[in-house]
Amino acid sequence: MIDNTNKKRISYRDALHDGLREALQQDPRVFLLGEDVGRYGGTYAVSKNLLDEFGPERIRDTPLSELAFVGMGIGAALGGMRPIVEVMTVNFSLLALDQIINTAAIYHHMSGGQFSVPLVIRMSTGAGRQVAAQHSNSFEGWFAHIPGIKILAPATIDDARHMLAAALADPDPVLLFEHAALYNMEGELPADGSVDIKSAKVRRAGTDVALITYGGSLPKALQAAEALAQENISAEVLDLRVLRPLDTGAIVASVRKCHRAVVIDEGWRSGSLSAEVMARIMEQAFFDLDAPVARVCAEEVPIPYARHLEEAALPQPEKIITAVKALLGESA
Amino acid sequence: MIAPPPSGPVPYARDFARQLLTDMLRIRRMEEKSAELYGAGKIRGFLHLYIGEEAVAVGALHALQAEDNLVTTYREHAHALVRGMPMDVIMAEMYGKREGCSLGRGGSMHLFDKRTRLFGGNAIVAGGLPVAAGLALADKMQKTDRITACFFGDGAVAEGAFHETMNLAALWQLPVLFCCENNRYAMGTALERSESQTDLCAKAASYKMPTIKTDGMDVVAVHEATREAQAQVRSGAGPLFIEYQTYRFRAHSMFDAELYRSKAEVEEWKTRGPIHTFSARLKQEGKLSEEEFLALDAEVNAEVAAAVTFAEAGTWEPLEHMLADVYTPAGGQL
Ligand SMILES: Cc1ncc(C[n+]2csc(CCOP(=O)(O)OP(=O)(O)O)c2C)c(N)n1
Ligand SMILES: [Mg+2]
Repeated sequence: MIDNTNKKRISYRDALHDGLREALQQDPRVFLLGEDVGRYGGTYAVSKNLLDEFGPERIRDTPLSELAFVGMGIGAALGGMRPIVEVMTVNFSLLALDQIINTAAIYHHMSGGQFSVPLVIRMSTGAGRQVAAQHSNSFEGWFAHIPGIKILAPATIDDARHMLAAALADPDPVLLFEHAALYNMEGELPADGSVDIKSAKVRRAGTDVALITYGGSLPKALQAAEALAQENISAEVLDLRVLRPLDTGAIVASVRKCHRAVVIDEGWRSGSLSAEVMARIMEQAFFDLDAPVARVCAEEVPIPYARHLEEAALPQPEKIITAVKALLGESA
Repeated sequence: MIAPPPSGPVPYARDFARQLLTDMLRIRRMEEKSAELYGAGKIRGFLHLYIGEEAVAVGALHALQAEDNLVTTYREHAHALVRGMPMDVIMAEMYGKREGCSLGRGGSMHLFDKRTRLFGGNAIVAGGLPVAAGLALADKMQKTDRITACFFGDGAVAEGAFHETMNLAALWQLPVLFCCENNRYAMGTALERSESQTDLCAKAASYKMPTIKTDGMDVVAVHEATREAQAQVRSGAGPLFIEYQTYRFRAHSMFDAELYRSKAEVEEWKTRGPIHTFSARLKQEGKLSEEEFLALDAEVNAEVAAAVTFAEAGTWEPLEHMLADVYTPAGGQL
C-alpha cells in the first residue's frame, strides 16, 4: 500500500500555478511578464489570481511583442531581477527566436564569462487539442539544439510543481515547456519537495524494452507500458525531463538494461531530438542492443485539425505498442 | 547640399574641451591602426569603423554618468573606449587574444565590460534594443537612479524589434535613452531607399516619445543635446529618442567596395569632419595651439602603439578552455 497521507491530488495546471506563486512569494526580484498573464489570468490559467495578489508591477501584461518582451527579460535579468517570461505558446516563440538564440544563449560565453542571464522562459507546447498546424508545434527539441540555454519538459505533477524553482536557481537562461495537453492532468503531489534539473527519471521500471520519451508523450508511453504488461512485455519508461543537457547516462543505463529501445517524441523525426537520442545510443550503447532502435514521432506533416487526422499524426499508445512488438519480433 | 561645417563658440573649459578632442582622436587613431592591422591579417572577421562619427560617442557618453548602462552595436569600439575600456584590452580582443575583454571570443563586434556596465556590442541589427529596455525595467523596478543608453544605427528603425521596444519603453515609461546614429546608410542601403518615413524622430514621436535631433558631426551639439536628454530621462519622464545625424567616412566594413555612394559625397561630408572642425574652433578661441594639438596627437599615437604591443604580446586562450563558460560555472553569478 502506498502511504497517501503526505500527498494531495492536484492538476498539472495548479501545480504550475503553485510553483509560480511560491516563486513570487519567496523572492521580490521575481516577476512575471507576458501576454495576458494578468487580467486574463494566463492563456492556460496558470497565472490566475496572481495579479490580485502581487499587483501589476510584478504580473505584467505585455503587448503582442514577443521579440521585445523576451529581450526585455534578458535585460531585466542582467539588471538584477529574476524575470519569468511567459510566451503564450511555442508557436509564437518563433518571433522571439533571435533574442533567445543570438542574445540569451551567447551572453555568458561571448562576454568572456562576465555576464550571466538568469532568465526563465515558460511556454506551452505540443498538439492534441485540434487547434491545427499553427498552434500545434513542438519545437522544444529544436531549442535543445542550442548551447547556452537549458531546456526543461515537465511531464509529471511533481515536475510541474517544482521545476520552476530549480530553473530560477539556475544562473543561466532556462526554457520550460509546459505541454498543452497536460494542463488538466491530475495526480498526486508529495507535500513538499524539490526536483533537480539534471537527470532523466525512470517513471516505470522494466526489462524488455526502454521507452524513452518526455513531455506530452510520457502519459502515452506509460499507457503503452501498462498495456504491454498485460501481454507479459516489461517496458521501462524513461522520462528525459531535461532536454538540454541530455542525461545520456540514464539513456544508456536503460538501454543496457533492456537491450531494446523505442524513442517517442511529438516532434517530427527528421533532424530531431529523437534522432539525437538515437545517435547517442549508437555512440555509447551500440553493442548492448539486440535490435535497431525504433521511433514513434509525429508524422511529417503540418499537424491537421480534424480529430482523426490529428490523432493519426501524433504518437499514440497503440503506435508505441506496435513499435515495441515489431522490435521484439525482429530480435526474436 | 549638406550643412556647413560645425562652427561657433565652444562653451567648455579648456580641460573638458581637450578631453573631448582627445577622445575623438583616440578613436580615430585606434581605428586607423585597426584598419592597417586588418590589412596585415592581424585582425580578422568583421571590422566596422566609426571614423567620421566620433563626435557622437564622445559627446554623448561624456554626458552620461558612470553607473549608467550602455548597450550598443557591432560598430562599438568608440563606445567601449570612451566609456573607459582600456585601448589595450580592446585591441587584444580584436586580435582574438585572451587578454581581450571577452577572452577573444567576440572580437571587434562584441566588446563587453562589466566594470563600466557595457552590456555589449550586439551584432544583430536592433538586437540590443529589447535588452536595453529590460535593463531599464530592472532599474525602474529597483528604483535606481540609473538610465540605460542604447545605441543603434538608422538601419535598426526598419526592424520589428525597434518598434516593439519603442512602444513598450514608452508604454511603461522606462528610463532608456535611445541613441540613433543616423549615418544615412545601412550597409549600402540609403535611408530614403528603405524608409517611407525618413524623419526618424517622427517614428519615435508616433509612440508619444519625446525626441531630439542633433548634428552628430558637432561634438558640442551632441554633448549639449545628450546632457539635456539624459537629465530628462533620469528625471523619470520616460524614454527619449535622440537622433545624431552623422556620416561614416569609411566603408561599412572591410568588405565593402562602396558602390552605393560617390566619392564626392564622402568628400563633401569630410568638410564637416568632427575632429578638424572642433580643433579649428578650439584654436580660434585660443584653447589649443597647433603645437599642443601635435603633442596631443603624439600622445594618442603612443597609446595606440602601446595597445598594439600589448595585443601582439597577448596569448591565445588554450584550446582546453574552449568549452568553458557556455554555462555559468556551478555556484557562479546569480
Ligand atoms: C538582423 C540583421 N540583419 C542584417 C544584418 C547585416 N547587417 C549588418 S550591419 C547592417 C547595416 C546596419 O545599418 P545601420 O543600422 O544603419 O548601422 P551602421 O552600420 O550604419 O552603423 C546590416 C544589414 C544584421 N547584422 N542583422
Ligand atoms: Mg547606418
